[in-house]
Amino acid sequence: MSIEVRDVHKTFGTFAALKGVSLKIQSGELMALLGPSGSGKTTLLRIIAGLETPDDGSGDILFHGENVAALRAAARHVGFVFQHYALFRHMTVFENIAFGLRVRPRRNRPSNDAIRGKVASLLKLVQLENFAGRYPSQLSGGQRQRVALARALAVEPRVLLLDEPFGSLDAKVRKELRAWIRRLHDEIHITSVFVTHDQDEALEVADRVAVMNEGAIEQIGTPEEVYDQPASAFVYQFLGNVNIFEGRIRNGRLRIGCLELPVSSPESADNQPARAYVRPHDIELARIVAGEGVRRGTVQHIHTAGPIVRVGVRTFDGSQTIEVEIAREKHQELDLRVGNVVYYRMRHSQIFVEDYSI
Amino acid sequence: MSAIPLHPLTPNSNLARLPRRTGGVQSFPNAEPAWIRWSLIAVSLAFLASFLFVPLTAVFWEAFRKGAAVYWASFQDPDARSAIRLTLLTAMIAVPLNLVFGVAAAWAIAKFDFPGKSVLITLIDLPFAVSPVVSGLIYVLLFGAQGWWGPWLAAHNIRIIFATPGIVLATIFVTFPFVARELIPLMQSQGTEEEQAAIVLGANGWQTFFRVTLPNIRWGLLYGVILCNARAMGEFGAVSVVSGHVRGLTNTMPLHIEILYNEYQFAAAFAVASLLAMLALITLAAKTAVTWKSRGPLEDHANHNSTGDAHEH
Ligand SMILES: Nc1ncnc2c1ncn2[C@@H]1O[C@H](COP(=O)(O)OP(=O)(O)OP(=O)(O)O)[C@@H](O)[C@H]1O
Ligand SMILES: [Mg+2]
Repeated sequence: MSIEVRDVHKTFGTFAALKGVSLKIQSGELMALLGPSGSGKTTLLRIIAGLETPDDGSGDILFHGENVAALRAAARHVGFVFQHYALFRHMTVFENIAFGLRVRPRRNRPSNDAIRGKVASLLKLVQLENFAGRYPSQLSGGQRQRVALARALAVEPRVLLLDEPFGSLDAKVRKELRAWIRRLHDEIHITSVFVTHDQDEALEVADRVAVMNEGAIEQIGTPEEVYDQPASAFVYQFLGNVNIFEGRIRNGRLRIGCLELPVSSPESADNQPARAYVRPHDIELARIVAGEGVRRGTVQHIHTAGPIVRVGVRTFDGSQTIEVEIAREKHQELDLRVGNVVYYRMRHSQIFVEDYSI
Repeated sequence: MSAIPLHPLTPNSNLARLPRRTGGVQSFPNAEPAWIRWSLIAVSLAFLASFLFVPLTAVFWEAFRKGAAVYWASFQDPDARSAIRLTLLTAMIAVPLNLVFGVAAAWAIAKFDFPGKSVLITLIDLPFAVSPVVSGLIYVLLFGAQGWWGPWLAAHNIRIIFATPGIVLATIFVTFPFVARELIPLMQSQGTEEEQAAIVLGANGWQTFFRVTLPNIRWGLLYGVILCNARAMGEFGAVSVVSGHVRGLTNTMPLHIEILYNEYQFAAAFAVASLLAMLALITLAAKTAVTWKSRGPLEDHANHNSTGDAHEH
């Protein structure tokens, strides 16, 4: 079941939460909506579910080519996992999962035995076989999350929508559930959209990622695409740590102080201010000058905890401190100390003039 | 489950957690010296004893002073029986109506946004804000012989003031806030996510209300109903204004007690009063049971149980 969102606007009072969002999700795909807080992710998800309506006259929502914009939430047959789970607190885990089946009109309500069987199989799927009789308050966050998922799946929804499914869990449980939900999706192949503001999560779990900012989608692509070819400075910045160098384009090169970087399409932006974006792991360090484009700096700090070593390098003119990430072996080989002189070189950079990549 | 705190349902859910851990006097590392704690406890106990326990005992003491025979005889009096009947009838009408109104109002306020919402919230508090006598007078002003609709009512031979309808109306007015005030903070703290979840799962409006909303508020609702009932049976001021004190016809229990007392029939007055006092004790017991029950296996209920300051009036 594919989902298509066409030019949806949503205004709360005078505040435009969504400014013409269009999005196409293939059948069986796991799509991540990634963006900072307040960028409109939840609003978009709720509009897809029918819990919120787009502004009058704007936008269409299509499920499998069929326009569902006029359908109520109950009639859209979506599974929705809420940010805070929204489990029915007065019902046991079993009753929570069975709810969607029990409220069906009599003629297509399954028998009690069928409901029991269905709930049992879902409990197995979410690995909570022994928790059927518990109340939500007696479960851990991760368990609640899985109950919410089982409850949403019980009605055999056409699409599954998850709002920050791992939002309120601690880092370790998040990682486990992430991997688990990816496996689950590979198993049941239901078209799914999940909201997150954690870029690692989106890049690791999703088939494709839609990056949102201020009510609009900045880029849609596979995790590799959005990470390696960010369409805007925002995407570049949002998907990882970044060093920013301000400069001006002259004769086809970006001049940053005494540093020069080549620009790929120079004519378009001669004599314009521009910025170079460089990821910390795209900077090379050396103790001696070797090759072209090498600049001098001094080591300002070194953080060695973790799998990589982060080095802060003060530029020669003292205008900024750049963050560099190097492997542990490289760090040992260089034998850096605070105050040492080092030479750095950008391996890869991306240049944006007023937010447009050139 | 530990001891039940004195005032277990506090408006703030975080606060509600605190008393549960304290089973009596608990000493914190930097707490006040023991003698301060003990004198505070002694003062509050002495206060409770002299202002609550002693008067309550006195009621029963006076009621039985002339022996059980006189006590029982007080209830043989047709006027007393009529007063009891009227009180029960009034409560039987007022409480269910306020249950429905209260749930509806709380639901509207907690789960929807609409223009005039803050006005409605203020209006709900009105019966607590005005003196019961004024509440009664409002009805006299509306329905009394000289009132706005008095002539019309008289022309159609409908009696409201100095009759049962007036008493019921005044009681409904005075007791309206109990259920609503109990439910509004509770429903607000619960938000609408569970209802939304139910709707996405295919439930219709009724199913959502009866399967999700209502079970979530059941203890708060019961609590509000208990308080509402206690007040409906005990209301004096407003009822006194609209009743006209017709013996055997428009006297409720509190009014009857006053008449007996003014006629120096102390034993009879206290006998009827002991019934009301009994009601208070039963109410307290029921209230405690509800509180205790609501924090049974589903701990979360207790945390969400909150009562504005509905009991202060
Ligand atoms: N019911 C509402 N009334 C008014 N403003 C709203 C409402 N819902 C959302 N907004 C506003 O719309 C914007 C987008 O909200 P939304 O909840 O979609 O953000 P989000 O991307 O999900 O953020 P987060 O990551 O914090 O959950 C926010 O600025 C929010 O304040
Ligand atoms: Mg959100």
